[in-house]
This record gives sequence, structure tokens and C-alpha cells, in this order.
Amino acid sequence: MASASISPDSRFGLRREARLTGPLNLSSGARLGPVDIAYETYGAMNADRSNVILICHALTGDQYVASDHPVTGKPGWWWRLVGEGKPVDPARHFIICSNVIGSCMGSSGPASIDPATDAPFAMRFPVLTIADMVRAQAMLLDYLGVDRLAAVIGGSMGGMQALTWPTLFPDRVESCVVIASTARHSAQNIAFHEVGRQAIMADPHWRGGDYYADGQVPSAGLAVARMAAHITYLSEAGLTEKFGRRLQGRDAKTFGFDADFQVESYLRHQGLSFVERFDANSYLYITRAMDYYDIAEDHGGSLARAFAATRARFCLVSFDTDWLYPTMESRIIVHALNASGAQASFVELSSPFGHDAFLLECPELNRVVDGFLRGGGA
Amino acid sequence: MRPDLALIARTVRRGARVLDVGCGDGALMAALRDESHVDARGLEIDGSNVAAAVGRGLSVVQGDADTDLRYYPDASFDYAILSQTLQTTRRPDKVVEELLRIGGQAFVSFPNFAHWRGRLSLLWGGRMPVTRLLPDTWYDTLNIHHVTVDDFRALVKERGWTIDGQWFLKGDRETTHANANLFAEHAVFLLRK
Repeated sequence: MASASISPDSRFGLRREARLTGPLNLSSGARLGPVDIAYETYGAMNADRSNVILICHALTGDQYVASDHPVTGKPGWWWRLVGEGKPVDPARHFIICSNVIGSCMGSSGPASIDPATDAPFAMRFPVLTIADMVRAQAMLLDYLGVDRLAAVIGGSMGGMQALTWPTLFPDRVESCVVIASTARHSAQNIAFHEVGRQAIMADPHWRGGDYYADGQVPSAGLAVARMAAHITYLSEAGLTEKFGRRLQGRDAKTFGFDADFQVESYLRHQGLSFVERFDANSYLYITRAMDYYDIAEDHGGSLARAFAATRARFCLVSFDTDWLYPTMESRIIVHALNASGAQASFVELSSPFGHDAFLLECPELNRVVDGFLRGGGA
Repeated sequence: MRPDLALIARTVRRGARVLDVGCGDGALMAALRDESHVDARGLEIDGSNVAAAVGRGLSVVQGDADTDLRYYPDASFDYAILSQTLQTTRRPDKVVEELLRIGGQAFVSFPNFAHWRGRLSLLWGGRMPVTRLLPDTWYDTLNIHHVTVDDFRALVKERGWTIDGQWFLKGDRETTHANANLFAEHAVFLLRK
């Protein structure tokens, strides 16, 4: 058995794609099939398949968690946590990261071809939930021959998936790491997402989502959506430290509407570089999935009940300057876990970087995740 | 390990379920886990202490004994432990009530403010004591409810709690129960409701 899983297998490695027959039964009642899932694996499964770690990515993330991004050429988005000598280490762990369904990096999403029409789904793609993303990941695990996860780990929307895992598959998860995340999207979270969606839909190139044929994509709307969202990932103190009121490449204000301030220039750059790698319709679908996310709602209004069936260990981390998913959201989860008797750890770490802190240099985060994983034998 | 913690570690039953409130960096929890196969959970207010405890594989939640104990279900632990934390809480009586609701028994340890050195300091110097055990000045100490052995016994009597065990420490050594209020630097009580 060991040799079968360790020997070269086309299912394992970088830049893999699987077409799974499905169908996947979605929260909306719709069915999706076949389901394409783009993913990467690092390291090797051990003989008893007890070293598998699933990494879940955030809203605009992808499967390239620890390898260079094929479009931007940048190192993997969580190389600080995943890699040789890191808390999640391919030398010890078999690591899986898959692109969420609804996204645009190879997994089924609105830009995929609808087999019924031979044209892109666009807005005919079914509306998804975070639970649907997790069910798709479970299908991928079945395909890879993985029964149980030693750990599922994610930050932000990745944390939502990680937290959903033991509620949907209580026997398949041994430990769960939820970083800078929440158990439900707040009114403020939904409000910011709606601003982004309306910016995309107000772009004349959006055309009800049917923009794939001529390459005239709603990049202006998507860039504005990204700019608004990007502010929520930073902190006021971080912006002040990085930019203050400094002017961009000029000595005086222009009394016009160019990007006079460095912070304007920075945001415009963020918006423009984002549209090169992301599909506007995917942005609509994934933000919608996040807005529908409320684990307690799916369990009769009781968050504690959601965790009643699982024996998983939990580790929650928040950051003191994160106002998108503030510490109180993690505390709500911790209180529910305490009420359900689950093994839970929680710490608020200090960082000037706001929500983005989970992606940035934070030795304390690595220490906590490493200790937590080793404490469970992973 | 601190002598009051060593004493608690010796007394906890093997395999018990323990909640350590104010667990610091998890020294007691780690000892209980490694030596007595105890299922230990912790609550700690200081983030860097929590990070250190989680970093050694312990289940510790950052939180405040005054506000966060209510989220733990009744009788969910065999023991709740409050070591050297009682005197830092806003409502020590309510915290002990919560310990006895959550745990079948509760260990409570605290520095005895009526130790003779402290008394002398007040009597002759007229100043709040700054001693080896109470090293901080009155304005920067975390101890906001100084308590003596006799004060604590009076509270126990008033609330109708039962004392299952009591230990008194002078330095690293146990000392006599006689005149504990005068001679003990530290007290450890094991209570039940």
C-alpha cells in the first residue's frame, strides 16, 4: 500500500487538474458536473496516510500555495508557512491545495465551458456557498485516496473553509487551523462585497457577465472592486506608516484628479495588476459565497451544535489590527468550541498589517501553527 | 516548577480532565499532560504566554477569567485550577463560583497577604509591602484584591463551599497549618461545592 501511494502517480505533483464526474449537489439545490479541480500537491503520503494537510485559499487566492505563480511569477502565496523547514513541511506532510470552485485558476467556475451549450457559463453558473467549495475538496480527496486530514488550514476565506470542514465531515478532520477568519459574514462584510459587485456590474463591459467572447472584460469595475476590498485588508496605522499624506512623484498637489497621493497610486496599481489575473464573474460568485456563509444558521442558529459531532482539535488565530474579521469573531468561535467541549486553542497576535497580517512575516504565527500541529502528532 | 504548581501536579488524579485558569506559558499543563496523562485545557490572558503554550502543543485559549469562564459548560472538568490568579481578578468570589460550577473540584492558590513580613512592613514602615513574593509596588502590581488565608477561609465558610484539602508553603517547603495566616507565604486550597 505504501509503495502504491509513494510511487510516481500522475495525480500527485505541481499543476494537476482533475475532472470529477460528480455531480456535486450544491447548497442551492442545483447540481454541478463534471467538476474540474485544479490543485497542487507537495511531499508524499506516508504508509498509513496520516500526514495529509489541506490548505484552503482566500477569496482571490489559488492553488499555488508554495510554488511560483504561473501568471505573476511570484513565490507561492503562503511560502512563509508552507515549505521546507516551515510548519507545514513537504518533508513531513503530504500537502494539498486546490483552487476553489467558482474561481478562475483551473477549477470549474463561470468562465468554464457549460457542456450543455458549449459556451462559457458566465452568470448561468450556479451560485455557490463555502460548503460547496468544501464538498468539492472532499471529492478531490476521494479521488486522491485520502480518507482523513491530519489538518485543514486556512486564512480569511480559507479559514471559513477550514472551519466548515469538521461541520460537514466530522470524521475526516483531526485538526483545524482557522486564521484571521469568522464563523459568519457580518453586515459590514456583506456591505463591502456589495460595493465591489456593483462596481463590476456597473462597468459597461460586464454585459450581464457575457464578456468572454470578445475579450472586452469589465476591468475598470473589477479594479475598483479590488481597490475597495484592498483597503479592508490593511489597517489605518499601516496605511499611515506606509504612505501618510505623501505625494506621488511630485512636489505639490496638482489641483486635479490624477493620483496625487502615494496611497492613490498604490491602490490603482493594486486594482490594475489584479485584473490581469482574475475573472470578474468569479469575483461576483466567490464574494456571494462568502456573504451566504453563516455556520450557525446551518445548524439551527447554534454554532456550538455545528461542532457537536467532531473530535477535531482547533486552533484559532486573530490579529489585533484586523478590522475585516476582528478578534471578536474568533472569540465567538472559541466560545462555541468551549461550549461543545472541543479541544480549542486561540490567540490574538499583534501585527500592524491588519487583515493581511496572516500572509506576511509573523514568527509568532509560525510558532503557534507549528506547535499546534506537532501537539496533535501532525 | 513553582512549588504551588508542583503541589497541585502531585495531587491531580491521573487521566483527569483539567481546566487551568491563568495557565501562563502552560508549565503546569505540560507537566500534567506528560506525567499524569491529564487532558488539560488552559485559559490565559497574555497573548505571548498563550503563543508559548500553544507552541508546546497545549490547548490554550486567550481570554479573561472574569468574563470568559461562563462559556464553559457545567461540570465539564474534574478540576478547575486557579493558581496565583485569584488576587488579580475583578471579582474573585464570582471566579471561584465559576470554577466550582465548571469543575468537580477547584484548586485555588494565592499569596498570603497576612504573612508576617507584610504585616511588619505595614506596622513599622506604614508602607504597602514589597517582598520577595509580592515584588511589585502598589501602583504597578497586577494584584488588585489582596487576600489573606483567613479572609479566604471566611469566604469559603460564607459561601458554604467544602475544603477538601489545604496546603501552606514557605519558600519551596510546606509549612504547618498552625498559624498559617501568619507564617504561610502561599496557600493552596482544594474546594468543592
